[in-house]
Amino acid sequence: MLNYVIKRVGLAIPTMLILIVFSFLLMHSAPGGPFTSERPLPPQVLANIEAKYGLNQPLWRQIINYIWGILTEFDLGPSFRYKDRTVNDIIEQGFPITIKYGGWAFIFAVGIGVPLGIIAAVRQNTWIDYFAVGFSIGAAVLPNFVMAPLLVIVFTLWLGWLPGGGWNGGDFQHMVMPVIALSTSYMASIARITRSSMLEVLNSNFIRTARAKGLPEHVVILRHALKPAMLPMISYLGPAFVGIITGSFIIDLYFGTGGIGIHFVNAALNRDYSVIMGLTVLVGSLTIAFNLIVDLIYAWIDPKIRY
Amino acid sequence: MSLLEVKNLSVEFSTPDGTVRAVNNVSFNLEEGKTLAIVGESGSGKSQTVFAMMGLLATNGTATGSVKFEGAEVLGLKGDALNAIRAQKIAMVFQDPMTSLNPYMRISDQMAEVLIHHNGISKYEAIKQSVRMLDAVKIPEAKNRIRMYPHEFSGGMRQRVMIAMSLLCQPKLLIADEPTTALDVTVQAQIMRLLADIQKELGTAIILITHDLGVVAGNSDDTLVMYGGQVMEVGTTEAVYATPTHPYTQGLMSAVPRVDVVLDVLVTIPGNPPNMMNMPAGCPFTPRCRFAIDKCVETMPELVKTGGDSSHLRACNVAVEDLV
Repeated sequence: MLNYVIKRVGLAIPTMLILIVFSFLLMHSAPGGPFTSERPLPPQVLANIEAKYGLNQPLWRQIINYIWGILTEFDLGPSFRYKDRTVNDIIEQGFPITIKYGGWAFIFAVGIGVPLGIIAAVRQNTWIDYFAVGFSIGAAVLPNFVMAPLLVIVFTLWLGWLPGGGWNGGDFQHMVMPVIALSTSYMASIARITRSSMLEVLNSNFIRTARAKGLPEHVVILRHALKPAMLPMISYLGPAFVGIITGSFIIDLYFGTGGIGIHFVNAALNRDYSVIMGLTVLVGSLTIAFNLIVDLIYAWIDPKIRY
Repeated sequence: MSLLEVKNLSVEFSTPDGTVRAVNNVSFNLEEGKTLAIVGESGSGKSQTVFAMMGLLATNGTATGSVKFEGAEVLGLKGDALNAIRAQKIAMVFQDPMTSLNPYMRISDQMAEVLIHHNGISKYEAIKQSVRMLDAVKIPEAKNRIRMYPHEFSGGMRQRVMIAMSLLCQPKLLIADEPTTALDVTVQAQIMRLLADIQKELGTAIILITHDLGVVAGNSDDTLVMYGGQVMEVGTTEAVYATPTHPYTQGLMSAVPRVDVVLDVLVTIPGNPPNMMNMPAGCPFTPRCRFAIDKCVETMPELVKTGGDSSHLRACNVAVEDLV
């Protein structure tokens, strides 16, 4: 087990390197640069600025410098767009906010999605099943960029219950709408995956055996069916968790929460090279970490998987 | 009073394409300590017959008729009343030992929960009894192996575990649904011997479902032959084997390969089992029957006595003498 973890962490290093090199090359192959604007800067000025940020060096040199900076000082470089702020500053400022509302959205999505899926499967073809299926289809066709303004219209403009945006240290009132808007589509997917895998497990032979043993239905479901039914959900949750705690452009844009989600799109539009790279490194390392965690949970549930 | 009295048991499934009648008016009795073999090809309704008795039908299935165990009706029981019968009075061993045990739980937990739930004993005591039962079905080193997961056992060993698990509460009736189908031949013989030993020791009655006539011959008191959800012939195993009186039974018997006869081609019954969605009005075997007469197309014959033996019944429109 420990050997396996060490091996996987060892594999993560080349994976990250490949990710960095590819993103770097892709980013630089896009036309324009961080200092391109409608009124072009005088060539002399542009050359000076580019020299200051090291953009005049050959690309391979820039990549090596960048990786070296991360390895030695965990330095993701200065932002090209926001003067006097480094990428580390941007992440340190925005990421805690994103984790907070993303974490609650995750708890919300799992806490409601999983029981809903289980109940729908156990009570297949009853009103609660139809409700769950209808809800997940509804949530799937209602993307968060529709959801967010709808929430604002209802809860802020009509009812006046909640502030329309802002963060205010993440108090309850300011969290409600971002959490709901971010979690609904995940909740729907989780409910759908749980329902279908639960249905499959409930039709399997070992569940028939459990019933033939005269165990009450709740024991059959909780003791025998739940663990195997969770397997497909867990492989979905690994990447979904990373997606959810790194926030969302839409959420930050509509609610002005100040998370890092907004930078995913803005940095790309601004050609803010170092911010793009910083976010890529962040999401990449989280994805690798959570895929490892998913594999370890798999081994814990399924005795046939031993590392 | 017989241990088990099944009367006019029918099973229907409602599907999007209409109602499917999988079992049609099946009746039989089983005495304490005896073995009844239910024989038939796939789709003949033999498994659904016993699933109905155990309340294990799929959610779209309904059973009608009567199943009396020790004089009390069990058909239609639900919840706790049904669970009190299962495992305690009637236990079941399934066809495929590879998938019938929960692959995510240790054998110890799967066995102990039966005793904890039904007898209310401590886990420690339950595991002790489970080990004893595994010893009884000849699992070597049961004390250590009970900690293992199903995938760490071979197919034959898993079926032994299934049998041990079904016997924990000492049921009066054990239903074995094709217990040897998924196993290789040498292991089949071991499992059948094990069931016979258990019966001798505990006096358990057994319903043995199989399509293997070889398995039936040495291991059952009575034989019931099913086709298309109907009982075709029933009687003591001796009588049914010595003088099969139904064309279907005769076909099955002649299809068993013999070691002492050299054959170029295996004997088969031509045609396929009937489509359950589209059952013929008369005898379901008519399209494949060499002896079929016009009457067979319209009317399903009643089960009536044949020969001198009062328990030997057949359902056929053609007289025994004409089946040559």
